Parts: sequence; structure tokens; C-alpha cells
Amino acid sequence: MQTHPRKLIVVICEATLEKPLAEDARRLGAGGYTIADVRGSGRGGTREGAWEADRSIEMKVIGDAEFAERFAQHVLATYCEHYSVTMYLGDVSVLRPEKFGGR
Amino acid sequence: MDPVVLFFLLGVIAKLAKSDLRLPEALYETLSIFLLLAIGLKGGVELAKVPFGSVALQAAAVLAMGFLLPLPAYAILRGPGRLARPDAASIAAHYGSVSVVTFAVATAYLTRRSIGYEAHMPLFVALLETPAIVTGILLARMGTLGTVRWGAVAHEVLLGKSIVLLLGGLAIGAIVGPDGIAPIKLLFIDLFKGVLALFLLEMGLVAGGRLGDLRRAGPFLIAFGVVVPVLFACAGALIARLVGLSDGGTALLATMAASASYIAAPTAMRIAVPEANPALSIGASLGVTFPFNITVGIPLYLMLAEALRF
Repeated sequence: MQTHPRKLIVVICEATLEKPLAEDARRLGAGGYTIADVRGSGRGGTREGAWEADRSIEMKVIGDAEFAERFAQHVLATYCEHYSVTMYLGDVSVLRPEKFGGR
Repeated sequence: MDPVVLFFLLGVIAKLAKSDLRLPEALYETLSIFLLLAIGLKGGVELAKVPFGSVALQAAAVLAMGFLLPLPAYAILRGPGRLARPDAASIAAHYGSVSVVTFAVATAYLTRRSIGYEAHMPLFVALLETPAIVTGILLARMGTLGTVRWGAVAHEVLLGKSIVLLLGGLAIGAIVGPDGIAPIKLLFIDLFKGVLALFLLEMGLVAGGRLGDLRRAGPFLIAFGVVVPVLFACAGALIARLVGLSDGGTALLATMAASASYIAAPTAMRIAVPEANPALSIGASLGVTFPFNITVGIPLYLMLAEALRF
């Protein structure tokens, strides 16, 4: 089975950022994204998702290395100063590369 | 004491005792949609009967109050509170805006005491939600207004669920009238208090979880969260009397002025003024002012309304 290397970017942040992040991802060339409601705890405190202002999301985007670089830099520069953001990247293999941008 | 308040205290105690009690998020969402619609519907049915001119004058006064309330709050937070400008502006917006649940508890309180009130009061709840948020953003962004993403903020606030459901309920109620509402009365009117009680259990859990923020916020914000609502209630009661509201209506407008937003304002301020620390505004609004209002504040505001007759 032939697989193709891509980058997975995971962003965990306040739910307020869902709309802007989704727009940014599309604008910077993502083929798509997945968002889930999550809860958890970190340096900024515990977020249980119990009511509107307490919600957090996890966004997953897969793209080629250039997209990952662009998107991660954008998130770092735009949101990380004032919002609680956890972001990490991983190497993944995909079967249908045309879904995720790049060659 | 009202049973709804005891439900709230049960939630707080359960949270502080680290009980595993947790209402599913979907239920919280459902209950809040129910409450907003029910409040709107009930007001809408009556709104159709009120002459437009008298409501328009009251609405204008209420809107003006909404725009102006954040100013004294901001001055107190900046002066004696020594808070940074974004934090002061954000907290001022929270306190100028309104809490629908506090309003609902106040209506339940009046109903239990058989005190009547103008049935179109929910319209003023919808009107009070936004103006203070605009003032708060202006206070935070004076000089750099170009950097505010007004489109995103306006969408978030004006099409947020509370305004859509309150105004939607008001419109539906006004269109169908008392006869049209009869088939759905059992759900939206008769069950209101029970649902409110359940919702306050959840609010107790949420507020109990915010008490930790207060330790970080310090004694000034705790005092602010008790004193400012009482001052705002006086302003609200005075305005209510000037536009000719009844005892019940005056107590309700005082309650609205005293209440602090914890849904619309946090979302809007997070977008518009991200450098403001949300733990301060939410800690004060949910950890201090909401519990204060529903236990001590509402009875106090009714006494205030009854004392202020002219």
C-alpha cells in the first residue's frame, strides 16, 4: 500500500477561536479540517466546557510541510499572545494525497 | 427562600465538595434555549397589548442606561481598582450588560409574592445585552478603533443565541397572542419554574468552579462585585420610576442594571479585547455578583423599588 507523508497540526484552544481558525486554515490552503469539543487543564487553569465562555476545541488539520509551516506561524503570531493555545505537529501518512494539498 | 435559590446552593456545594455531579453540556444548552424562548414568548404575548408609544420611550431610556452604565464601573476599576485599561473595560462591559438568568430568578421571585410587573420587560433584557459591550470595546480601544474586528463582534453579539431567542420568542408571542400560545403553554409557561430550578443547579456548579478565580482576583474585585450591582440597581430603579414602571417593573429593571453578563459579554470581549484577562471579569461576574444577586440582591432591589415611589 502506497502512503504519502503529510503534517498533522493539532490546535487546542478556546472555542472563541473556532471561526477565525477555520477561516485562516482555509485561506492558507487547507483542504479541510476537523473540530471537536474538548475539556482539560493547563497552566491557564481548568476548562470544563460547562458553559459558553468555558468551552475549548481541538482542531486537526492535515497538509503538506509548507502549509504546516504557514499555518503554525500564523497561529503563533496571531493568537498565542492573548489566548490559551496548545499546538503541536506530527508526521502522518495519508492514502489519498490530493485531499490534503501539495503533491 | 425560593426553591430555585436552594437548587443553586446545592450546585455550589456539590462543586465545592468535588462531587462527580456534572450536567451534560447538551442539557445545559437545551435548558438555556428553553429559558430564553420561554421568557421571550411570555413577554411577546403581552407586548402586543401595550401601546407602542409608551414602550418606545421606556426602551430608549433602557438603551441609554445600557450605553452609560459601563462608564462609572470603568472609572472605579481604573481609579481605586488600579486595573489595566483592557481589564477595566472588559469588566465594565460585563457589568453594564445583563444576565438573563438573574432576570428569570427575579420574575420567579415576584410571581411567588404575587407582585405584578409589565409583561414586556423581556424586551428590555434583549435591549440591554449589547450597548454596554459596545461601550466596553470603545473604552478599551479608544485611539485604536481601526483594530477592532467590528463585523465579527457584531455578528457574535447581535446574532448570538440569547438575542435571537429572546427577540424570536417575543415576536412569536406577539404574533400568535394568548390564544395561539395555549397549545404550547404547558411546556413553555407552566414548566418554566421547574426548568429554571434545574438550570440553577447547573449554574451553581459553574459558579462554584469560578470561586478559585476570586483568590487570584483579590478583595477589590470581590467588593466591586457586591457594591457596584447595588449602585447600578439604584440607577436602574430611578430610571424605571422616571419612565413610569410599576413596583414589579422597577424591581426588574433594577435587577437588570445590577446583573452582570456571563454569556454575551465574555464572548464578545474575548474577540474584541483579547488582552483582557477573562478570569477577572468572569470570576467577578459569576463568582460574586450572580450569587449575590440571586440570594440577597433581588429581595433588596424589590425593597428599593417599593421605597422609591413618586
